[in-house]
Amino acid sequence: MTDILASVNYWVTIFLMVGGLYIIVAHGNMVKKLVGLGIFQTSVYLLFLSPGKILGGTAPILAKEFELYSNPLPHVLILTAIVVGVATIALGMAFVVRIHEAYGTVEDDEVQELETDA
Amino acid sequence: MVAAVFGVIRAHNLFVVVMMGGIYSFLMATVMVALDAVDVAMTEAAVGAGMSTVLMLAVLGLVKTREAPLRHSPVIPLIVCLLTGGALIYGTIDLPPFGRADNPQNQHVAPYYLENAKKETGAPNVVTAVLASYRGYDTLGEVTVIFTGGIGVLVLLTAVRRRGEGDATMMRDTIILRVVVKLLLPVILLFALYVQFHGDYGPGGGFQAGVAAAAAIILYGMIFGVMAARAVVPQRVVHTLIPLGVLIFAGTGVAGLLLDANYLDYSPLGSSQKAGQHLGILIVEAGVFVTVASTMLAIFYAFGGRAEDALADDETDKPDDWRRE
Amino acid sequence: MIALHLPALQVVLPLLAAPLCALVRRGTVAWAITLIASWAAFAAAIGLLLRVLDEGIISYEMGGWAPPIGIEYRVDLINVFVLLVVSGVGAVIVPYARKSIAARFGSTEQAWFYTMYLLALTGLLGVTITGDAFNIFVFLEISSLASYVMIAMGRDRRCLTAAYQYLIMGTVGATFIVIGVGLLWAMTGTLNLYDLAQRIPEIQNTRPVLAALAFLTVGISLKLALFPLHLWLPNAYAFAPSVTSAFLAGTATKVAIYLFLRFFYTVFGGEGFFVTTPLPEILLLLSLVAMFAASIVAVFQSNVKRMLAYSSVAQIGFITLGISYATETGLTGAMTHIFNHAIMKAGLFLLIGNVLYQLGSVKIEDMAGIGRKMPITMAGFVALGLSLLGTPGTVGFISKWYLGLAAVEQGQWWLVALIVIASLVTMIYIGRVVEVAYFREPTAQVSQLREAPPALLVPAFVLVGAAFYFGVETSLSVGLAQQAASLLLNAAY
Repeated sequence: MTDILASVNYWVTIFLMVGGLYIIVAHGNMVKKLVGLGIFQTSVYLLFLSPGKILGGTAPILAKEFELYSNPLPHVLILTAIVVGVATIALGMAFVVRIHEAYGTVEDDEVQELETDA
Repeated sequence: MVAAVFGVIRAHNLFVVVMMGGIYSFLMATVMVALDAVDVAMTEAAVGAGMSTVLMLAVLGLVKTREAPLRHSPVIPLIVCLLTGGALIYGTIDLPPFGRADNPQNQHVAPYYLENAKKETGAPNVVTAVLASYRGYDTLGEVTVIFTGGIGVLVLLTAVRRRGEGDATMMRDTIILRVVVKLLLPVILLFALYVQFHGDYGPGGGFQAGVAAAAAIILYGMIFGVMAARAVVPQRVVHTLIPLGVLIFAGTGVAGLLLDANYLDYSPLGSSQKAGQHLGILIVEAGVFVTVASTMLAIFYAFGGRAEDALADDETDKPDDWRRE
Repeated sequence: MIALHLPALQVVLPLLAAPLCALVRRGTVAWAITLIASWAAFAAAIGLLLRVLDEGIISYEMGGWAPPIGIEYRVDLINVFVLLVVSGVGAVIVPYARKSIAARFGSTEQAWFYTMYLLALTGLLGVTITGDAFNIFVFLEISSLASYVMIAMGRDRRCLTAAYQYLIMGTVGATFIVIGVGLLWAMTGTLNLYDLAQRIPEIQNTRPVLAALAFLTVGISLKLALFPLHLWLPNAYAFAPSVTSAFLAGTATKVAIYLFLRFFYTVFGGEGFFVTTPLPEILLLLSLVAMFAASIVAVFQSNVKRMLAYSSVAQIGFITLGISYATETGLTGAMTHIFNHAIMKAGLFLLIGNVLYQLGSVKIEDMAGIGRKMPITMAGFVALGLSLLGTPGTVGFISKWYLGLAAVEQGQWWLVALIVIASLVTMIYIGRVVEVAYFREPTAQVSQLREAPPALLVPAFVLVGAAFYFGVETSLSVGLAQQAASLLLNAAY
């Protein structure tokens, strides 16, 4: 039982990841796909952050009162990843806007139909 | 969080989807605080819950807000996802247990940072030290990614058409909102400055400050209209600032080269290693701030400008000329 | 001093030039900056090659922090070879871009295009040269975001959906790579590739490492457009501006293949580990399917750019086929084909870009009789087409020779037969273009055409020339590839 509890952080992470991926693959609406992409990426942050946490530790800002700190490295990596993620989402949104202007819809299937007609 | 994800999967109204996404991000930020990642939590709250949600709402102003029902059976995607999940479960089952200091990932390089960061860079916030100095090159890359995304959005959204002087706002104006925003604006900007310069000691730094500063202007823009915001911070200025921040950061690296050290080595910038590092961190954080704040603004202008054009179209019933390629 | 800092300059020069381009916002000036930066990067790659040949592996500490504390640039023969290919293709295309891009965009947009071009170049060079697993991800995203934008600047509205699809699939791929890196990091506590290579053999068969392997495989395969994961590629290459197609076809997938080699051979411990996994068999099967399925689909395309894009998927199949042997000859063939295919495909896309520039269409039925009106362009196209199908005296023959040799070494004659048959399919689709271009009466539109201007012809013919030069003089391409292959097999890093 303790084994399962010890890795509960991973179970949550995995669920979020699979949920996000499902939205990306299964849904045809381009905005929704991007939300899914956001969730998928965010869940990866947990995969990095949770192993860096040390029980009893504090945030890695050095001060005299504390001895034990959590691992700072994953924080740095994930900060980077978040920023990369938002740049990607913004760009994706710009595509969505342009696609809507060009086709009048943001559904994958409808765009494909318009193309085969043309 | 799990519930929010279910919400996103089930909901067909895109507003609901986006709001659920925002809530999810916000919850994520709380979890991050619980995991001691305060710097990350600040960024996620500002960027994930704040900026992304605003952007998506702006986009929803432009496109249809209901999702069409699925036409394909979701069986194949489900299998793909379950396979991925299976691989992950398989992979994580043998990972070291949660929260121990003696796990390999907390052993190898991490203790070095915790022990030496203050001595070598003068920044008690180890995250800032690693971000700006030890792994500063990653951060340069990250600023470059922001720059790429920002210019990319400009390419896509400002290049094609520009017209319409109509200054409709995204939110219907009310006196109270206007007053509150005017009061809030200086507070947020002050907060941004604090976050920027306090980043060495407490949580914060160029990213968080940049987003906060941009948020102030964006808030202003949402209430008074994008045109009004453009009057405060002109678009031309913004477009110049985006590359400038990258140049500040990358240029600091070149200064290291000229002083006969390796690229991005700040030590020779000051009289001692610690002084040089400290100065270097300050400069590159400023570079980060400039690019992040101006990119966020540029993106908002681009999306917001489109939204207002669209709104003007609706109101005056002009013939729809979007679809012309 | 410059020699000492070459590893940093290799990437930082285009990185600095990119914001400069965005700052000046004048098309011509931005082009000049791009020209200088890209050729300087090419020069840096040559300089690095000379240094590596002279003194072996070069390690450069970013920020002066020793790895694994800081980020390391680690240059050996394997990645300097790829750097040479990427920066070479990147440099040759820039002179071509001037006319091609100016014809379609206003001054500011031109500057933005060159910014994106330099960023894509920066990202690809950064991925190749770095010795840090997370740094790979960051630079991969720089190049990917820039490529999405460059694709979306095409003239057909379908380029938008192509770019969107590429964005989704590319980001999923990159995220998979991050998951893999995260798992490796959780097991070892390091992100440095060299350090990882030291630590992984001890824990090689633990489950997180195997799962990391799986995620890295899928993620990288998405980026390199391995057969079932190639769906983003055809539309992206078909509807992007010609300059973009030529650049990406010559560089982006090649860098992904390099990553594949780097992770599977160097980091996971060489041939010994690679052959214990089921990867060689899977890779062999997928490569063969790619070679045939994509080639056959290419035959039925009416858009010549799309045809070339499918042909790229097939050619990537040839490269992964070489990797799947896990022998020195096989890897030599694969590495050589990275070099050779980059030259051929970049050249073909530039030449078909000439047709698009003059005719405004690349539909095969619109190109009737074009061989008489644009003789130089089409002669180049035929020459590179011959090379693609493996005529002796061209680079295509050299790669296929080594790939065939590797099959013979293992006594698999049937594979040799399959390689020959796949080449024959190549002949069919190239043949279709030749038939239409030379043996049909010019249409009214074609008969008014003139040959493309020299500014567009010269860069393309540099590549045509290279295809023949390296088809005879193989000491650079094959020679380096062979040394790199033996390094890969021994996991020397």
